[in-house]
This record gives sequence, C-alpha cells and structure tokens, in this order.
Amino acid sequence: MNLPITPSQTVGPFLAIGLPWADGPFVVPEGTPGAITITGRVLDGAGEPVPDALVETWQADTDSGFDHPDDPRGAARPATPGFRGFGRSATDQDGSFRIVTIRPGPLPCPAGGTEAPHLDVSVFARGLLDRVVTRIYLADEAQANAADPVLSAIAEPERRQTLLAMPGDLPDTFRFDIRLRGERETVFFDV
Amino acid sequence: MTTDLPPAPGRLLLPSYPRPAGVHPPLDSPAYASSALRAPRQPPVPLAQGLTEITGPMLGAERVTAADADLTTRHRGEPLGERIILTGRVADSGGRPVPDTRIEIWQANSAGRYAHAVDDHPAPLDPNFDGGGRCVTDSDGRYRFITIKPGPYPWRNHPNAWRPAHIHFSLFGQDPIFNSVPDPKARERMIARFALGLTIPDWALGFEWDIVLRGRSATVFEERP
Repeated sequence: MNLPITPSQTVGPFLAIGLPWADGPFVVPEGTPGAITITGRVLDGAGEPVPDALVETWQADTDSGFDHPDDPRGAARPATPGFRGFGRSATDQDGSFRIVTIRPGPLPCPAGGTEAPHLDVSVFARGLLDRVVTRIYLADEAQANAADPVLSAIAEPERRQTLLAMPGDLPDTFRFDIRLRGERETVFFDV
Repeated sequence: MTTDLPPAPGRLLLPSYPRPAGVHPPLDSPAYASSALRAPRQPPVPLAQGLTEITGPMLGAERVTAADADLTTRHRGEPLGERIILTGRVADSGGRPVPDTRIEIWQANSAGRYAHAVDDHPAPLDPNFDGGGRCVTDSDGRYRFITIKPGPYPWRNHPNAWRPAHIHFSLFGQDPIFNSVPDPKARERMIARFALGLTIPDWALGFEWDIVLRGRSATVFEERP
C-alpha cells in the first residue's frame, strides 16, 4: 500500500507553547564526565537573530552506537549513562541555543569510508515551511574531518567551514552559528 | 584530537527513505513574507542517508501522561469555545502504522489568540486554556486529543490577512502557508474531516485527521564498506 505523505508546514512564531522541554538541551545529564557544550545563534539573511527558532540535534553515542532498531550493527544500550542522543533547544531573544552533549563517535558509511563525529541538526522557525537540516562537525577532529565523505563532497572550503563548530574560550565548549540565508549561509542538506 | 574507529562491520545494510517529490512546500515561497529573510538561498546539498539519518529519537510514553492529551481539563475551569475531539492514525507511506510515537501540538484559543507573549492580537486570552498538548500513538498508530476548536486570527503577511483555524502538529518520523503546498490534493491532506461517528453526544464534536510520514522504500540497498 502506498499512502501519500502529509505535507510539512511552518511551526510559526508560537512553537514555545508546545515544543520546548525544560531539560531539552541536555543530551546527557548535567555533570556527565567529558560533556561538551555547543552554543550558537540562529541568524537570518540580514544577520539578525532568529528568536523564535527551535534547534534539534541527533547523534551517535561516544562509542558510535545508536539505541535504535534500524542500526544494522544492533541497537546499542547507551555507553554513557543517561545518554538520549537527542537534544532540543529553543532560541532566546538573542537567537542563541545551547546543547549539552558528549562527543559522538565516528561512523562507518554504507558506501565505504568513515564519517567523522557529527551531530545532525534540524532547524524549525517561522518563515521555514519545512525544517532545514545541517550537520555539526567538531573543528578539533581535524584528521577525521579531512577523511569525512560528506565534508569532502563540498567543494568550496568556505562553505565547508560553515559545518564546523569551533572550540570556545572555555574548555569543552564549542561555537556553532547557523546562518539561514545570505552571506556565509550554512550548508543545508537534502535528506 | 583523534578517535579510535569502531570495529569495521562485515556489511552495512541500511533501509532507505526515498525523498518525496512535490509534497512539501518550497522553502522559498515569496507569497509567505516571513520566508524572505529565512529561507536558504542555496539549494540543499544531497546527503546520502547514513546511520545518523536512518535512526532517530524513539520518544515514547516517558514524560507523557493521559492528561496531556486533554487540553480542556488542566486548569481551574473549562476553556471557552467549541469542544472537539481530534483523532486519527499515524502511518508511514507504506501503510504501516507508526506506534508508540510522540505527537506534540499547539494552537490558539477559541478567540484566535495564542497564550504567548509575542501574540498581540487584541482577542481575549482564556485563563483556562494554554494550547499545548502531547500524546503517544497506540499500537495501531492511533492518537486522540480533546481540545477547543481554535479561532482564525489575523497576521501581517498582506493586507487583511487571516490564517484559518489550525492546530500545529509535531511528529518524529523519517523524517500564503497553506497554499504554499503546491499540490491541491496534498493540501487536502492537511484538513481534518468532521466525523459524526466520533462525536460524543451532548459533549463534543469529532474530527479525524490521518498523518502519513515518509516510509522506507520496499527495497533496501546493499553496499559493502
């Protein structure tokens, strides 16, 4: 049986009524050893903050496992206690979001090769009729990033750069801004 | 920093989820003014679906209570407006039910006002209605909300612009606004049907809305790393 898919629509400006959870930004519980914090801003085509967006992340555990039945390597129990894989952060007035997580492990690709540690990111906002999808790679994983097939397929270095979270001033912090449109526009993927 | 690679699997067989064509609205929809500064200008880069894309959060019943599906009983009194039952079934495009999946909804009250600081539409707030709800589908993919029929409300997209009554739904799946969906038949799939059979006499009108999420293709592709 083939059923036609339900179309996507925008979340509108009032998603805060239904979607944020108090502990949404915590992919791992606060205080988890080795935890990293990724912060950034969602910016529009004029460089203005987007204060009504929602950022969602999904990633492998630090041992590269997914607690999911479709992983052909087998669903993995979380190696990190309390690891949820999923993070959700609404942006504030400043367009800022925050995700507290651990470094994901690298992943084997169906087509061969190895994907560098990454988080898949969905952005929802008023003005977006469907989610946009990007990836966060960690800039300090230079060797793994250089071998990553997804990064390598993006020809322009400055476009590739938009997918790298840069180490912050504090230890275990990273910075990842999402530019929806225009100058230094983030690379978005068709999945 | 380098990380040890995980053990090489013998083979990696992943399900694939075909990209639907012509279903979702184009991001760049000039008639929807808010998209002008927010829709990306560059076309999206095709991404081969890997382990991160074919898996996803399995958010089930944790942190969802039965009361979360009834938006009319969580305050001191009952909200004003027309009480409705909204129910349906979540399936994937292969017709398989999607059980145990979380649905989150939010909506305006019966006067067309959202309980949100940014909504300045001069219609009354209802102290007995916050507009947020959630539930988990049953083993057959069915869901059911009890709520109040939302009112239409003005927005500033163009002169005398009003959004028709609607309820926002968020689902986890693999994977002007209404008219941004190009296919008229697809637009119809966003409209809940009045269903007399679901109506509870003397209490609430029933509406039915089925949701179809992208499913995996019938054939899996096979590659060796």
